[in-house]
Amino acid sequence: MTDPKGRRPAISRRDLLRTAGVAGAAALIPDAVGAVTEEAPPAGPQPSTTGEERVGHPVASGRPLLAGPLTNLTARETEVLSAMVDRLIPTDELGSGALDAGVLRFIDRALSEAESGAAEAYRSGLAALDAYSQYTRGGPFVDLSTIDQDSVLIDVQTGAATGAGAGFVGNSGSFFNLVKGHTWQGMFGDPQYGGNVDFAGWDLIHYPGVRLAVSPEDQKSLEADQLEPVRLSAYDLGLFE
Amino acid sequence: MPTQLRETDVVIVGMGAAGGVAAYPLAEAGLNVVGLEAGTWLDQRDFAPDEIRNNYRDWPMLVNKAELERPTSRATSATAAARVASHPMMNAVGGTSLHYWAQSWRLNPWDFSVVTETARRYGPSKIPAGSTVEDWPFGYDELEPYYDRVEREVGISGQAGNVRGDIDPRGNRFEGVRQRDFPMPPLRWTAFNERMADAARSLGWNPFPGPAAVSTETYDNRPGCGYHGFCNKGGCPINAKNATHITTIPKAIDTGNLKVVTRAHVTRIEVGSDGRVTGVNYVVGSNEYFQPARVVLIASYTYENVRMLLLSKSRAFPDGLANKNGQVGRHYFSHYTGASVSALFPYDLKAWYGLPAQGVAIDDWADDNFDHSDQDFIGGGNLWAMSDRRPISAASMNTYGRGRNWGSAWKRFIRENSDRSHGSYIQKTTLPYEDNYLDLDPEVTDPLGFPVIRITGRYMDNETRIGEFMQDRMEEWYREAGAVEVNRGGTGNAMGASTHAYGGTRMGDDPETNVVDRWGFSHEVPNLGVLGASVMGTSGARNPTLTGQALSWRTAEHLVDSWRDIAE
Repeated sequence: MTDPKGRRPAISRRDLLRTAGVAGAAALIPDAVGAVTEEAPPAGPQPSTTGEERVGHPVASGRPLLAGPLTNLTARETEVLSAMVDRLIPTDELGSGALDAGVLRFIDRALSEAESGAAEAYRSGLAALDAYSQYTRGGPFVDLSTIDQDSVLIDVQTGAATGAGAGFVGNSGSFFNLVKGHTWQGMFGDPQYGGNVDFAGWDLIHYPGVRLAVSPEDQKSLEADQLEPVRLSAYDLGLFE
Repeated sequence: MPTQLRETDVVIVGMGAAGGVAAYPLAEAGLNVVGLEAGTWLDQRDFAPDEIRNNYRDWPMLVNKAELERPTSRATSATAAARVASHPMMNAVGGTSLHYWAQSWRLNPWDFSVVTETARRYGPSKIPAGSTVEDWPFGYDELEPYYDRVEREVGISGQAGNVRGDIDPRGNRFEGVRQRDFPMPPLRWTAFNERMADAARSLGWNPFPGPAAVSTETYDNRPGCGYHGFCNKGGCPINAKNATHITTIPKAIDTGNLKVVTRAHVTRIEVGSDGRVTGVNYVVGSNEYFQPARVVLIASYTYENVRMLLLSKSRAFPDGLANKNGQVGRHYFSHYTGASVSALFPYDLKAWYGLPAQGVAIDDWADDNFDHSDQDFIGGGNLWAMSDRRPISAASMNTYGRGRNWGSAWKRFIRENSDRSHGSYIQKTTLPYEDNYLDLDPEVTDPLGFPVIRITGRYMDNETRIGEFMQDRMEEWYREAGAVEVNRGGTGNAMGASTHAYGGTRMGDDPETNVVDRWGFSHEVPNLGVLGASVMGTSGARNPTLTGQALSWRTAEHLVDSWRDIAE
């Protein structure tokens, strides 16, 4: 139950590997924070980029963005969700939208893990979205024109679709915000989670990427261009698990 | 039957921001200390710059005690309580100091004597009706040596504004007299911080960098800040954020007198027939233990400190430990940070990196730093313009009335504006009131069957009036810096769970209105002490952690000095 000496566990092989990882990544850290490596042994081998840590990484796994039906939703539900997120962040002349960026895969994985409690809200909400489209626009959501799809989504977002007999649980805006929130996480979050494929989300907003150190010069000018983008998952740095 | 462990001198419940500080002077003095922590050790490897994990999921997931004990909340005793959606607590060695913003303020002298100072300057009727606010049992000067000590032991960076009476305009001219400078210079300013500082000066205000438990140079062999971002609810991957798991706790362990027990879920404090506490019960997995101790210090988050006392009912204390006067849970309040203000600028702010503790503070409108004769409130707010942006939150920005927040038109908007908005952080004086309190929820329990805390509270007129006043000041400041749009959030009065939760075990000389005495020990149970913001009776307009830590050091030092009186 307790560490008998009340101390931190003695250094383990895992810790040594970690330390090596820190030193190996020192190139990413400028001198200002170099002290982090002072106590580290000489740089060991670069951290492995194969093996378990990379499973699920969009590039490493080579999986298609939509490998058949999603695990947590039926084919029909997937179709409706797909159409919905495609309207939230469409692919257009400004670049990839939510579908290209792997947002469906992100959501499916989230529903298997951290967001498993939301699966039922997705099921009932997607059914209600379809029912509301049928009642008010005369067809299932996926068959509507993009203009009609947008107007349906505005009704759902504003809560106007609540109580229309479509079956939204609570305010329809809650369902909209649930899907929008996850879509934004999938589009703009770390690609480790299955979304933001090819850093489409970060490119869209000109986010210069994950860095471990930013110099005074990097922050001193409002007029300078944004920093050169670093296009790495935080978990590609070899420092984190 | 729980396994009986060997008696220790002191048991501390919670190895976080407060308990992790108190452990050090106790262990250094040679007392045997057991620190019980529900969470585990985390290290740099656990602190990925990952917004999804830090800000959208319940990190860390390893131990989710606090998640399973989320309080319920209601505005008044006439309304139904609902479970709060998220919680500010943290189960890990270092506690919330691992992932907090690390702003490390001293309270200003006014905050210690709100009643006396208000009555003296404006008359006693200026104190808002229904408030239970009291002066602290001592003034700022009493706490100053402890602020000074903790600033050094933990490692605080900042710019002094008043060293022994010499006002330095680079710092906060309103701060209390400090005996010396900070041990490290302040976090640097970004170009946008400089622009905001210039704008403040042209308004006649006094901008200065805020104090932070973040190293700005090598300190105790730990590196200075890399300004990489993700500090907001994230741990530091290079150990530049001075959480107690890398500062005072290792120092205490190095004395050989502190034993930290992780995954220890404390369920109850035991009391003997003489009315003194005898130790604490805890579980690790399915094993139960009883840790006997001469002195018990509770050092959990405010909600859990109160809950632990209320759950520890006994024949001697039928309404909860140290609660014969019904004061446990009273005088609860949390910082009013509603009445938000954000702004859109016609230029990129270059704010993709940095940290919430890197910014420009304005104290001209805080506390009693300005004349309130024509105001219908007391106190005020601290304006804070920081550098903190993360991609998901940036893409979720307000569209300032320029169309809906999704679709192709939105893509064009966000492409241009993702680095052009700024949200201010305005902490405001918040008072305790008769009607705001914590108690045990009559229905909702944790998985062990123990009731969770129920928050009954709402912000009152004094707080919402400050909110509107501060919104005006913030809008002036943004406009002066060139903002093209300014958006004001509502001044609602919902309270809920907060990262700045105060009171519930308030400190004061009068046992009729306070749970602990001026040293932090129970008026009713001499060998029971309380650490953390739950003993604070006023909030000031600034973050609570450093004050909680200074008080913890002071309580620990008092225990060492008075060991025979308290422990025997």
